[in-house]
Amino acid sequence: MTVDELLKQNQESDLLRFTTAGSVDDGKSTLIGRMLSDSKNIYEDHLDALKRDSKRLNREEVDLALLTDGLKAEREQGITIDVAYRYFSTPKRRFIIADTPGHVQYTRNMVTGASTANLAIVLIDARNGVLTQSKRHGFIASLLQIPHVVVAINKMDLVDYSEEVYETIRAEYNAFLAKLNIPDLMYIPISALRGDNVVNKGDAMPWYKGVPLLQYLEDVEISGDRNLIDLRFPVQYVNRPNLDFRGYCGTVASGVVRCGDKVMVLPSKKTSHIKSIETFDGEQDYAFPPQSVTLCLEDEIDISRGDMIVHVGNQPKVEYNVEAMLVWMSESKLEINKPYIIKHTVSDVRGVVSELHYHIDPDNLHRHQADSLELNEIGRVSLDLFKPIIFDDYTRNRATGSIILIDPMSNATVAAGMIIERRGSAEKISSDAASKPVSHNIVREYSLVTADDRERIMRQKPATIWMTGLSGSGKSTVAKELEKRLMELGQPCYLLDGDNVRHGLNRDLGFSADDRSENIRRIAEVAHLFNDAGMIVITSFISPYRADRAGAKKIIGEEAFIEVFIDAPIDVCEQRDPKGLYVKARAGEIASFTGVSAPYEAPETPVIHIKTDTTDVSDAVDSVIKQMIDTGLIKK
Amino acid sequence: MKTEEYSITNLKALEAESIHIMREVVAEFERPVMLYSIGKDSSVMVRLAQKAFHPGKIPFSLLHVDTSYKFPLMTEFRDKFCKEIDADLIVERNEEAIAQDANPWDLGTVKCCAQLKTGALLGALEKGNYDAAFGGARRDEEKSRAKERIYSFRDARGQWDPKNQRPELWNLYNGRLNQDESIRVFPISNWTELDIWHYIHLENIPIVPLYFAKERDVIVRNDQLIPVGIKTKLQPGEVPEKVMCRFRTLGCYPCTGAVRSTATSVTDIIQEMMVERNSERITRIIDHDQEGSMEQKKKEGYF
Repeated sequence: MTVDELLKQNQESDLLRFTTAGSVDDGKSTLIGRMLSDSKNIYEDHLDALKRDSKRLNREEVDLALLTDGLKAEREQGITIDVAYRYFSTPKRRFIIADTPGHVQYTRNMVTGASTANLAIVLIDARNGVLTQSKRHGFIASLLQIPHVVVAINKMDLVDYSEEVYETIRAEYNAFLAKLNIPDLMYIPISALRGDNVVNKGDAMPWYKGVPLLQYLEDVEISGDRNLIDLRFPVQYVNRPNLDFRGYCGTVASGVVRCGDKVMVLPSKKTSHIKSIETFDGEQDYAFPPQSVTLCLEDEIDISRGDMIVHVGNQPKVEYNVEAMLVWMSESKLEINKPYIIKHTVSDVRGVVSELHYHIDPDNLHRHQADSLELNEIGRVSLDLFKPIIFDDYTRNRATGSIILIDPMSNATVAAGMIIERRGSAEKISSDAASKPVSHNIVREYSLVTADDRERIMRQKPATIWMTGLSGSGKSTVAKELEKRLMELGQPCYLLDGDNVRHGLNRDLGFSADDRSENIRRIAEVAHLFNDAGMIVITSFISPYRADRAGAKKIIGEEAFIEVFIDAPIDVCEQRDPKGLYVKARAGEIASFTGVSAPYEAPETPVIHIKTDTTDVSDAVDSVIKQMIDTGLIKK
Repeated sequence: MKTEEYSITNLKALEAESIHIMREVVAEFERPVMLYSIGKDSSVMVRLAQKAFHPGKIPFSLLHVDTSYKFPLMTEFRDKFCKEIDADLIVERNEEAIAQDANPWDLGTVKCCAQLKTGALLGALEKGNYDAAFGGARRDEEKSRAKERIYSFRDARGQWDPKNQRPELWNLYNGRLNQDESIRVFPISNWTELDIWHYIHLENIPIVPLYFAKERDVIVRNDQLIPVGIKTKLQPGEVPEKVMCRFRTLGCYPCTGAVRSTATSVTDIIQEMMVERNSERITRIIDHDQEGSMEQKKKEGYF
């Protein structure tokens, strides 16, 4: 490789932050050591020092753990005290590992490492299977909403590389994780010691068809993890070097801000337009997360640190009372009604924990009544703040939904918190409504007619054919034709169309990100009811977000949800423009239009992928019907 | 038709994070200062500060701790550079120790550093009553630094307690202090040596010419190339020789080794790094004194 190639490569590579979780002796340090050494990321003098230290400390072999254990006490006692950060790179990507120790203090450390991670590797020892601690790691990953989780089943060499062992562990862990919300989950069988499926595939496990761990880390798509919908710009610092310049410095927490945008400043609710987006390297037309920029407004309005600039039509909540999941991180326990300092985005407010609703045991997800939280304990609380904060739910927005609690006497950081939807609030149901527990007083009634009865009478297995794609990609055309053909074949079915649903059931919903999510949730619930009644459902909605489709899949059921990607290049869709929407969107008349000013997250593994620029309608419908016959949904 | 791109490269992401940190510090602390060591990491840090507060001036002073053993080329560069970017420069020295001829040959590197570096630094921080001091340390440099926070809390004596650090979550930094306590801030914690060089290359950041290869007078001792300065004391039988070499890191001349190199430009240096198998700190005599020596110095108040 020439230096020019290297420069180009480094300028193009992006950054993945991941954290590693494993119990003591799961082989976490060995795995990190293996990744660093097999990808040639250890300097020789560091390796020499490692050999020297191993010898001096009487270790039998070179101890790769010494590489990450930086403090003297850690090396001597063979323990890891704290989060350590390691850096390495491959030609495709740069990586930051937050390496967290696996003993008593684990919860606090893993939460710290997880807070900035795009991905978590959960290690499971193939000999021991799913341990209580593995469950704890899965729970924390879900609590912190790490977008991607890789379960690395390690020490496969010690179980004869058995596919059966791997599948058993996988099934058991899947059953546990099903209760949690993990958007993207991957299993890889590895041997960190021997190197199988770490950097190279090796030939010990031919039954494993997936990619090795490092390749997965290099390829996993992370650009879609950012929230590019809801503009949130917490004002960090007002830059006023002279009378002619007044700029508001900050990091775009989410959403996209463009010159000319009409914006609102919270909490004052004053509005203005973006005059310019300034940086040292010149003005920008738009800015997105995580860029640090300076915004100038058309009008002189009073703005100070802690205020937030947002779009007028998409506002966060501004409230005195919030509910949060707290992870307690201090030796001194939580005191109800004691004033703490709550740090949130770039503002500090005082407040008290007014109520502890329950303490949750991460090992089995059981909830207990409790009077307090102690070190490493997790609970749901209500906070009363002395000043309102500007926030979103954490599931929607990590940057505006996270808080830390500081003890005003010791100045110590005592807790980390994730803001969640308030219980029993009269506000509209948000996107996480699907995963919310229902009231204990509501008990399901069961019908005397079984699903089997219905299948027999209707001669089909009910399913939902979920079509997703850009506006103009051909979803409605394919969906309508499919409905017609199924009816001709005598299969009871029903088409749920986006616009039609918005005329009735969902007429109260707009196009903000929250409303879009709720739109999809309700449709999924309706589809589920139709399926329950034995019908095949065809849906035709843009449904641009992976997370929403994953939510729909959860409601409808893994087996019944058939994702069909109706795929056409955006310029083709734009030429077709059956509703004239692209023209309007380009003219700026429609805010957040998918493909133009809002992202479309294509399915990674759709069941059926139809390219409508090269396939005609009847072939497209044939392929869906064939799939339905092949999987036994309908008979030939 | 123009489609907006929302992807961000590694360097731009690191840059944005560093700028965010610097703005937080300036907004939250009363008397911040930036430790300026004249080295490549400092040069990058200063550029990031310019970016963070553009179009304004850097709203804090640059503090240089002069041990009196810096290479003359370094001080020359420092004065010119600070003038060019219109930065406020403060130079502090432990005059008492310098008057008593503190030097690494008689005292050993540990004691010499404690007096001329850590001592002078703590004195300067106390004198300026600074509540936050930026440093250019990176976590990839050395293993005790891998454990360092972005906001590193120091007690009234500037000491670091690695076992009792504040947990650091998301980008929410806890900078609350009592009287006389302070925070050391490391805005380029997540950068690697290669990132620094790439950034210098991309941004055209001026650096001290000592980083580029040239024939220099050095003593070859235990595989290290030790530059010959005014006060360098030769061991019996040692004769300086001319070697084509450069410095990977810069510090005091008695304690900074050179490496054999022919790299005369930033791209040459990057090319060299592509095949380099040793870390940059191998040329720092201070790190090799004893196991955990950096950790010890940090506990006493070093950066």
